Amino acid sequence: MSDPLLHLQDIVVEHARRRILEVPSLNVLPNEVLAVVGPNGAGKSTLLRVIGQLERPSRGRVLFGGRPISGNPLPFRRRMAFVFQEPLLLDTSVEGNVGSGLSLRGVPNDERQRRVEEWTARFGIAGLRRRTARTLSGGEAQRTSLARAMVLEPEILLLDEPFSSLDAPTRESLIDDLDAVLTTNRVATVFVTHDRTEALRLGDRIAVLMGGTVRQLGTAAQVFSSPIDGEVAAFVGVETIIPGRIRDASRGLAAVAVGDNTIEAATELEPGADVLVCLRPEEVIVSGLADAMPMSARNHLRTIVKRVRPAGPYIRLELEAGFTLVAHITKQSLEELALSPGSNAVASFKATAVHLIPHRPG
Amino acid sequence: MDLIWDGVTEALRLIFNGDSYVYEVTFTSLLVSGSATLIALVLGLSIASFLAFRAPPGRTLALSAFNAGMALPPVAVGLLVSIMLWRTGPLGQLHLLYSRTAIVIAQAVIATPVVAALSTAALQGLNPNLRLQVLALGASRWQAALLLFREARISLLAAAMAGFGAAISEVGATIMVGGNIKGSTRTLTSAIVLEVGQGDFETAIALSFILLAVILLLVTLFTVLQQRRPPE
Repeated sequence: MSDPLLHLQDIVVEHARRRILEVPSLNVLPNEVLAVVGPNGAGKSTLLRVIGQLERPSRGRVLFGGRPISGNPLPFRRRMAFVFQEPLLLDTSVEGNVGSGLSLRGVPNDERQRRVEEWTARFGIAGLRRRTARTLSGGEAQRTSLARAMVLEPEILLLDEPFSSLDAPTRESLIDDLDAVLTTNRVATVFVTHDRTEALRLGDRIAVLMGGTVRQLGTAAQVFSSPIDGEVAAFVGVETIIPGRIRDASRGLAAVAVGDNTIEAATELEPGADVLVCLRPEEVIVSGLADAMPMSARNHLRTIVKRVRPAGPYIRLELEAGFTLVAHITKQSLEELALSPGSNAVASFKATAVHLIPHRPG
Repeated sequence: MDLIWDGVTEALRLIFNGDSYVYEVTFTSLLVSGSATLIALVLGLSIASFLAFRAPPGRTLALSAFNAGMALPPVAVGLLVSIMLWRTGPLGQLHLLYSRTAIVIAQAVIATPVVAALSTAALQGLNPNLRLQVLALGASRWQAALLLFREARISLLAAAMAGFGAAISEVGATIMVGGNIKGSTRTLTSAIVLEVGQGDFETAIALSFILLAVILLLVTLFTVLQQRRPPE
């Protein structure tokens, strides 16, 4: 692994004696996009402000390129760029805004002009250069804000939920454009969001921040498929989280007692261990009782449909199997299977789709 | 009505005949009130930046004091400044009493709370994250303050106009600390008081019109500046 560009060491932030953030160690690697996900109030923005030298931690230090940041933070701030949730544009033209950080650094006019032209074009706002910032739409304003950050050619880009105030189509196109820019320019980025799908789209690594601490850090596959505890599991989209106990285990396959049912799961845990059984809704295959056919899935549970409701592009089914099991299916499948509350259905899933988390009951 | 009409005619005559007395008191008024406004702006904006951006403990109390300061009775300020500047007062060694500097001090004391209170409200009205954004853009503290002043310029110019208005229209303290000395500390307002006292209403009305015209001209200039399109 390459040396970190930025290292947080024993960071503690307290406001009015309340601990907001506690990060013993966190690295940002060169060229990576580190997505920090977590619910509202988890300390994500505080973490970003500490990195961006906009807030002094109560304890600990930040190392930039191996050197601790101390004294006047201005020289370090000038090596970074920060994009907030709101565009926070100055009351001037688009090009005035995009060039504002360069003006503050005393960059000569002609070079400033050249860089402003380049970055307004890359974010698709070249035609708006002379427009007053006040007249921009939300999407145009956030593009201006991103161009204003990237024009500085920062060593670290800090993004604090830059898409959360945008409507869905605007957000999608802006995420695509930013993704293209980050792929081309490979600037180390810390991207804070409460939206796990945004984190998946842009993040090379994902840190889950909850209650002011980093609960899990890893690749998207590690965090989303193998959450470290029940809360992280719930946050990353695991909708079935139920306590159980390993009854039997051999050759990496365990039989887990969950209520009156037994679920088979791929695991190295020992028999007798109390666990949380985690299952993502998209891993569950739902079929009618009559059309059960041989398949490789190790688990087939007879269930009764409890609730049916739309969830974005999918239908979310709550199935009663002695415990509540959640499945996502398409609208077409719902119609073909003719499922409604009270219908019988079989829920199937692979042993490898089940993730077990060691858990102490109570 | 005749009195007012005669006053207007007299005012025009005094202005266009180049009456040296009128030009002198007008110049004194502009000099002392302009200086007092500048001092009030420097102090008021510094106080406002500190209160709005640093949010120190006791901010509400300090703001209450400045808000109350907007209603400071000028005569009381005049008395206080006089006592300070008396030969036996704490600043008596400076020999400033009955000088233009004394008037500038008194008017600055009157205008500073006005500028401070209105500017604090103006800066507090900005999005609190805007300051963080400006710092994150790489602004030094001074650059950040200037950028934020520019963002709040409409309200800040209103504060400046209110401060200038409080200074130039002030008379009680001006007479008390300046002494209304002809050729030195006589301003438009103190001259008006004097002319009224002497029963020369025509000249008093003429000077009042000149004072109003000066205020109108300067406030119009400020307003044009305020309403200008934002600089690029």
